[in-house]
Amino acid sequence: MKKLPISELNAFFARVAADQKLYLPVEQAGQVDFGCWTEDATVRLDALKTVKSAKGAFFPQVEDMLRFHTQGKNIDIQPTELMNEKFVIFGVRACDARAFELLDRVFMSEPQDPFYAARREHGTVVTLACGEPEASCFCTNFDIDPADPAGDVTAWLVGENYVLRANTEKGEALIADLADSDDDVSAKQAEIRAIAEKLPFANLNLNGFDGEHLMERFSDPKWAELSRACLGCGTCTFVCPTCQCYDIRDYDTGHGVQRYRCWDSCMYSDFTLMAHGTNRPTQVERFRQRFMHKLVYFPSNNEGIYGCVGCGRCVDKCPQSLNIVKVIKALGVKADD
Amino acid sequence: MQGMILDRVRALMSEGVATRVLGWETGEFPYDRTPKFFNESNLENLKYDSFCGCNLSKYLVNESEKVIALVKPCDSYSLTQLCTEHRVKRENVYALGVACRGKIDVNKIAALGIKGITDVEEDGDTLTVHTLYGDKQVARKDVLLNKCMSCKGKEHKNVDEVIGESEDTSSVERFDMVAELEAMTPDQRFAFWRNELSKCIRCNACRNVCPACTCVKCVFDNPNTGVQNKAAADDFEENMFHIIRAFHVAGRCTDCGECSRVCPQGIPLHLLNRKFIKDIDELYGDYVAGDEADQRHPLINFTKTDCEPSIVHQRGGDKG
Amino acid sequence: MSMNQNPDWKPTIVAFCCNWCSYAGADLAGSGRMSYPANVKIIRIPCSCRLNPLFVLRAFQRGADGVILCGCHPGDCHYSTGNYYARRRMTLLFSMLDYLGIERGRTRVEWVSAAEGAKFSATMNDFAKTIYELGENKKLGDLRCKE
Repeated sequence: MKKLPISELNAFFARVAADQKLYLPVEQAGQVDFGCWTEDATVRLDALKTVKSAKGAFFPQVEDMLRFHTQGKNIDIQPTELMNEKFVIFGVRACDARAFELLDRVFMSEPQDPFYAARREHGTVVTLACGEPEASCFCTNFDIDPADPAGDVTAWLVGENYVLRANTEKGEALIADLADSDDDVSAKQAEIRAIAEKLPFANLNLNGFDGEHLMERFSDPKWAELSRACLGCGTCTFVCPTCQCYDIRDYDTGHGVQRYRCWDSCMYSDFTLMAHGTNRPTQVERFRQRFMHKLVYFPSNNEGIYGCVGCGRCVDKCPQSLNIVKVIKALGVKADD
Repeated sequence: MQGMILDRVRALMSEGVATRVLGWETGEFPYDRTPKFFNESNLENLKYDSFCGCNLSKYLVNESEKVIALVKPCDSYSLTQLCTEHRVKRENVYALGVACRGKIDVNKIAALGIKGITDVEEDGDTLTVHTLYGDKQVARKDVLLNKCMSCKGKEHKNVDEVIGESEDTSSVERFDMVAELEAMTPDQRFAFWRNELSKCIRCNACRNVCPACTCVKCVFDNPNTGVQNKAAADDFEENMFHIIRAFHVAGRCTDCGECSRVCPQGIPLHLLNRKFIKDIDELYGDYVAGDEADQRHPLINFTKTDCEPSIVHQRGGDKG
Repeated sequence: MSMNQNPDWKPTIVAFCCNWCSYAGADLAGSGRMSYPANVKIIRIPCSCRLNPLFVLRAFQRGADGVILCGCHPGDCHYSTGNYYARRRMTLLFSMLDYLGIERGRTRVEWVSAAEGAKFSATMNDFAKTIYELGENKKLGDLRCKE
């Protein structure tokens, strides 16, 4: 265990940022998101939920892939360089840290995604235990412990000090120069767990959300009613730490083509649009797809692990208060059914 | 209020006016509201209170059967505008005006630093906020939705009947912030908007919720326009989306404030729309979209003596 | 022109000209051997009111430093009223660009009839001078299109 007094936090950030990029929750125009540390940045480690999740550190919203440059009859192809510099992402919460594991299952399985893999290799994740969980949090339903998040380093705020524990060699190297500490975090952990237990969504019933009951969930008539108010915007998708769908697009620059990928949303009418049209013609099918993917398809392909980490961002941000909790409650099956 | 509305809706239904009603239902938290079409069997779930901020009028687009719609005074402007544009058939709607004394923005309560909000109780001008970390009290007027701070007035437009008495909750001059921006130097304005618009995640919530945005296929979703995109790849695309979106609703925007309410990044998008409204008022005479049915809005209208575009050089903070 | 400007920079100007008056005016300027800068790229549109605000932004995106719209004089529109609508639209668009902090001088509307070859030439020379003095368009361009 290492110790870092709050008063020395900025000096530590400056040391880290001296030889690598440091991303952490910073405030911009009233909102907190992961951004680059600078001396003038308004660092907000107290903000529990950044608007966007931390996934952008490894899977940015927009990412160049390659560039075609035309000269006469020649086409010059320039691939985008993969991430080759170390970076640190500090202040990731337990839900987002679990989300990295889910994204790994998608992007790191064969064929591996080279852009994602390069970022994963060069990134060091420092997580922060959740001192004050929010009313919309429900990570404990997915066996996530907000008092003991994963990552290369785990940090707890105990009184006036951050207490840090390295979990990997990368993490060890990052905090090696900090003072040793014999602080015990178990009291802090107990305090966090006690709050987590009392959260309004602490005990969701996930019975019946699995591959075995796929057709029952899929053909539930309640989807039409549940999706009726859905605007078809991409808010839930873009704030979600586990949504991993992307679109690859070509932008005509006038003298060539910039090929890039960007986050896509299954809530959009042109998601995976093909020549024959779309196989999800109305918002009912699109809405169903998003939740079936997280609650049924993903676990049935990944040893029962749900594609939701209970961060509650969709609960907070949906313009019309539709969210995965509502879906779970509406479609869940009672244990004795 | 809620009881009066339910009684009236039941009476209208039994008279055979319509079999469905468009209203609000409670979500996962006592302060969450979701738009919903109710029928006789689930009418008891209809909720009307200080949290029903969202504008329902866009849900009437494409409705082919008669429906009773609950409309607040500000919503009635959107409904009228939609009817003017033939996106909603007026004869398919029984517009039931419901009284409003300003709606509460839970995000504003959270912005006061109050964490873990589980419930909000209203008692006159004071709100008791129940949280995971104890109860807090806030003044109602401090946490009203931005649109209510510059309320359009308590009068319903073009509705079939009104239940209850509304209050005008405006406390801020509607164009104050626009004027403040106009008085800045261009570089300051540029910095202000970059700071705001660079937060945009292009979720399209502002567009999809907007009652004036009812294009069947948006220019930004159409692969034939050359501007179709699903994310802003750079600063330019962020600016372009918001300029064009605001321009396309210019003259038709009723300033209902939904764009700013739904923005997950808290971008004050209504300041773009209000700039157009302010310009229109100043250059072409006062105009209120949705004030009356079948108005011809200022961008599909002209006078021979209109000002020239060069007027932009003479107006506002002259530092350009 | 500002001090930190690239000395090799030449402005790119896009002139949207209505088919009936201003495009003919440009023709007349040409046949009358009245000069205007070679970096003015003319795009012919059927009427000034065909100018979708998106076209103006797209021109800036692709590297324009200034965009000018030329149409028939108010009252002389080939379609009677098109330029009256264009006038309102461009006024509001330019005002919005100004509101976002974009330099006011980068956009302009000028009415040029088919008989005004000299006015066309003078307008373009003057606009090019303004843009040259404003320098490169850095606030409203797309980096991907630069090279």
